[in-house]
Amino acid sequence: MWVVVGVVLVPLYWTLVASLTPENRLFGTPSLLPGRLVLDHYRALFEARDFWIPIRNSLVVAGLTTLLSVTLGSACAYALARMAFPGKTLTLALVLAVSMFPQISIVSPLYLVLREVGLLNTYPGLVLPYMTFAMPLTIWLLVGFFRQLPADLEEAAFMDGAGRLRTIWEVVLPISAPGLATAAILTFLYSWNEFLFALSFAMGPERYTVPVAIALFRGQYQVPWGEILAAAMVASVPVAVIILVAQRRIVSGLTAGAVKG
Amino acid sequence: MAGISLRQAGKRFPKGQVAVENLSLDIADGELLVLVGPSGSGKSTVLRLIAGLEAPSSGRIFIDGEDVTDLPPQQRDLAMVFQNYALYPHKSVRENLAFGLRMRGMAPTAIDERVSRVAAALGIDTLLDRRPAELSGGQRQRVALGRAIVREPRAFLLDEPLSNLDPLLRTGTRAELALLHRRLSATMVYVTHDQEEAMTLGTRIAVMNQGRLEQVGAPLELYERPATVFVARFVGAPAMNLWSGDRGGQPVTFGVRPHDISVVAPGSGEVDGVVEVVEPLGPQTVVHLAVPGRDELLRVMVSGTQRVNAGDCVGLRWPNDRVHVFDANGGRRA
Repeated sequence: MWVVVGVVLVPLYWTLVASLTPENRLFGTPSLLPGRLVLDHYRALFEARDFWIPIRNSLVVAGLTTLLSVTLGSACAYALARMAFPGKTLTLALVLAVSMFPQISIVSPLYLVLREVGLLNTYPGLVLPYMTFAMPLTIWLLVGFFRQLPADLEEAAFMDGAGRLRTIWEVVLPISAPGLATAAILTFLYSWNEFLFALSFAMGPERYTVPVAIALFRGQYQVPWGEILAAAMVASVPVAVIILVAQRRIVSGLTAGAVKG
Repeated sequence: MAGISLRQAGKRFPKGQVAVENLSLDIADGELLVLVGPSGSGKSTVLRLIAGLEAPSSGRIFIDGEDVTDLPPQQRDLAMVFQNYALYPHKSVRENLAFGLRMRGMAPTAIDERVSRVAAALGIDTLLDRRPAELSGGQRQRVALGRAIVREPRAFLLDEPLSNLDPLLRTGTRAELALLHRRLSATMVYVTHDQEEAMTLGTRIAVMNQGRLEQVGAPLELYERPATVFVARFVGAPAMNLWSGDRGGQPVTFGVRPHDISVVAPGSGEVDGVVEVVEPLGPQTVVHLAVPGRDELLRVMVSGTQRVNAGDCVGLRWPNDRVHVFDANGGRRA
């Protein structure tokens, strides 16, 4: 197991060391133990490059996508899991089908649609396309989660006089926290890392997200590896923090229903 | 408190299986009616129809004379105790008890007062700030009862409330339930598959089988005059001995309770049998005997002091007026 951990961690370590190594020594004799460490690349990143802008953009887009898809997705998922209505299975299948299209095949049509409605280079212009993969993910995850909740609890709430909405708010949602957290985290991570849509629908640096900004660092004649690696470290920070804080919840959310608790 | 009536109620599930068929039943105000039957007999569905958690496919349901068939469970003002208790896991015991009162818009001070009073009466007042996960099975059961009682509903619906308790706790809680029923003089509908629970608790018992009512009556009435073969077999432990025969040329089923048979010298009773199994219970002993010409072992209840050993050949005698006779087809009492 330690071998696997090592294989995974070495590139990360290498990135960290390289991002702290001065530019002129980056291509010198590589050494596992770093020599002089400097914050030059990070300074350049936030001063010369204004890396705050892509970070802010990414936070806004990923945050909004997560918020919307979890709110709307949990409502859809509850209906699909608990209510009886015609065409339920078909709806679920369609939701899944939407997420099956390869992203590259819908970039051009989406571009045309967004241009038509004037949403290119705007936050909604990224959030709405992101919902196309975030919603199916959320819905499928939460339908499974809601189905394995004991129906007795909701019936007890009905008997206690709570209506459907009160029951969802006071009983279903609180006990669904692990499922909701899992859905939120996965959505956030996908949106944070998403590249193709962000590259295609953001026109100028003021709307670039982190992955796009990093990709466009390379100039015509040189690749600023130091800054790219520093940016990669910065981009990984929210992801790492989220995973560390929420890993227990993710695991329990992903395995919920698989094993009867 | 209120009376409950079902009129020709039926429940057919979308896939076609019939859970309850044409069932009419009147539950009097203040009565503890036990719905008893094997699993799949439809007893839980009847409870859910009364609760409003299922809509009947046919027939009407009345509470206190008011037709509630189309009312949702929220507006029927009934309380239900679920088999697995269904306590809200994320709420404290106090919040579990208060939830129903809060949903009905009661003032917070009045809620506090009522929750404390009920908690004290049930001996759970020291548990009020715990979560259900921190309670033992018996304590959870009390909280579930408390959540129903605190509401002061029109009637209580109990779905196998004792089946998750260990046997010792079960008999204790059963007695408490009976006491509670007397004290509250509340209308209660109690579902169980355990005929002993039904006999000891019920003011009246309704025996269900395959979605139909077999018989409704006081416990001893069911025991002494079972209306059908099914009731005869289901009520009373050990179960009644049944065998087919004919009376006046008509095929019938005869039944005699193990308690009504006495062991006598071989040849001096109705039949002779060979003792196969002896089960001493203390005050009494259950003896299983093989009788020639019968597939089933005959069950006999004898006094615990009577010495019977496996392999003994004995005679069996029963008074003629203790023989139950049922139609061979249909199983109705003849």
